Amino acid sequence: MSQPSASGGLGIRDLTLSIGRGEKAKRILRGISLDVPAGRITGLAGESGSGKTMTGMTVLGLQPEQATVGGVIEFDGRNLLELPTKKLNTLRGNDIAMVFQDPTSSLHPMLSIGSQLTDHLRQHTGMSKREALERARVVLEQVKVPDPAGALKKYPHQFSGGQLQRVAIASAIMCSPSVLIADEPTTALDVTVQAGILRLLRELCDDLGLAILLVTHDLGVMSALADTIAVMREGEIVEHGDRFQVITAPRDPYTRALIDALPRDGSTGAEQATTGDAS
Amino acid sequence: MTALLELEGVKVSYRVAGRPRLVAVDDVSLSLGTRQVLGLVGESGCGKSTLARAICGLEGLDSGSITFDGTPVTRLGMRTRDRKLLRIQMVFQNPYASLNPRRTIGRQIEDGLRVNPDRTAWTVPDLLAHVELDASARSRFPHQFSGGQRQRIAIARAIASGPDLLVGDEPIASLDASLQARVAGLMRSLALETGASLLFISHDLSVVRVIADDVAVMSRGRIVERGDVNEVWSNPQQPYTKQLLSAIPKVDGLGVLPG
Repeated sequence: MSQPSASGGLGIRDLTLSIGRGEKAKRILRGISLDVPAGRITGLAGESGSGKTMTGMTVLGLQPEQATVGGVIEFDGRNLLELPTKKLNTLRGNDIAMVFQDPTSSLHPMLSIGSQLTDHLRQHTGMSKREALERARVVLEQVKVPDPAGALKKYPHQFSGGQLQRVAIASAIMCSPSVLIADEPTTALDVTVQAGILRLLRELCDDLGLAILLVTHDLGVMSALADTIAVMREGEIVEHGDRFQVITAPRDPYTRALIDALPRDGSTGAEQATTGDAS
Repeated sequence: MTALLELEGVKVSYRVAGRPRLVAVDDVSLSLGTRQVLGLVGESGCGKSTLARAICGLEGLDSGSITFDGTPVTRLGMRTRDRKLLRIQMVFQNPYASLNPRRTIGRQIEDGLRVNPDRTAWTVPDLLAHVELDASARSRFPHQFSGGQRQRIAIARAIASGPDLLVGDEPIASLDASLQARVAGLMRSLALETGASLLFISHDLSVVRVIADDVAVMSRGRIVERGDVNEVWSNPQQPYTKQLLSAIPKVDGLGVLPG
């Protein structure tokens, strides 16, 4: 296995994405520039429809087929947007991996964890089944799934939501990617379970030097996990800075509004909820 | 004040093959007043969904009683439901499963309107507007909508019947994360606007914090703490509540991992 390189981050430059043509074109991303460096967790925050998920999906070439994309997504000296599908397929899952919101729908219900974890590894590396299963066991241990050897023989329904998200993370890091895109990785989980997953993502970032792009609307999760936070609104990044600065001294009025909308002790959150978006 | 919903020593258990019966809800007493929003929180497996199902008559009780507006809630069977109990309406977690795929949205909302004692309270376009959907939605089918839109339709259908109690069992859990607070806020405002109470069940503490008046914290089948949501948040009494609340990451920019 090749070790992830320390310099293996992403550089997004002036990324645009629109759906439809001419006058009626809907501009989803309006020139996003963002560095996602190795060994750091870069947070991407924003409300529903701001384009944060679309940014993550576009990195993996998973944007809608009818979308027109412009700009540069630089990875390992290449522009991902110009790579032919075949080349992109060797990168996806291998060098750039993704973790989604709901582990019950991102894993196949009828395949054992062992086969789901080893399939793409064997496809990408040509490893033997035995070697691949051993690697899977090691990775499951790394993400702290209890009884890793037994877990390989189990099916998704036999795990709790939190354990299943660990399995999904294991699946994402099987091929030792250098970039991990985590889109709302803890939103479906109980807070106590969420705490464990946040800790795990931090460890993976520090230990493996992963470049993590963390997409979430949850400013608490951002504040706990992200090193830098970029705030998106209507397809643009309105502010990007150090975590502490963005949370405590936001420069952009929109960021300030998002933070001010959070309920504080003693305030009546219920009144806010009925007048607008509370996230 | 007589409560709208009164639970007394409710116990529900399930048979589990090869093991002793699993007590999902254990001696729960709870009351909910009119025009009140109660958030029920707890971790997965704590029994909160079973409790919601029992309130709607979808689970039989081992012991205890559930009374809704003076009428005992009986288990829903093959017989016609007591008309009074139709005034409890539920919004389920999965809108893909709770709507009929073969009937139009308009027809399904009309089902609700038919049981509303006040026949003139709503029209279909009215309801669609209230859940922020276009009037043209009426003639379309569930598969033509996104998850968030389908949950809005499920809410419109529940409201159509003019409930006194709206029960949401993780109604936002299957939605896109950044839509969750908006749909939850919509449930609150629609319930209160129509004079109903809302029992909102969720594992998402931050959403409950924002939309509920009162919160009940459930653990291992029991309610461990109940009170005004702001008081519980700022001054939790029980160790379990303290542990749960301390696991919420703080928005302080300090990068402290919770737990």
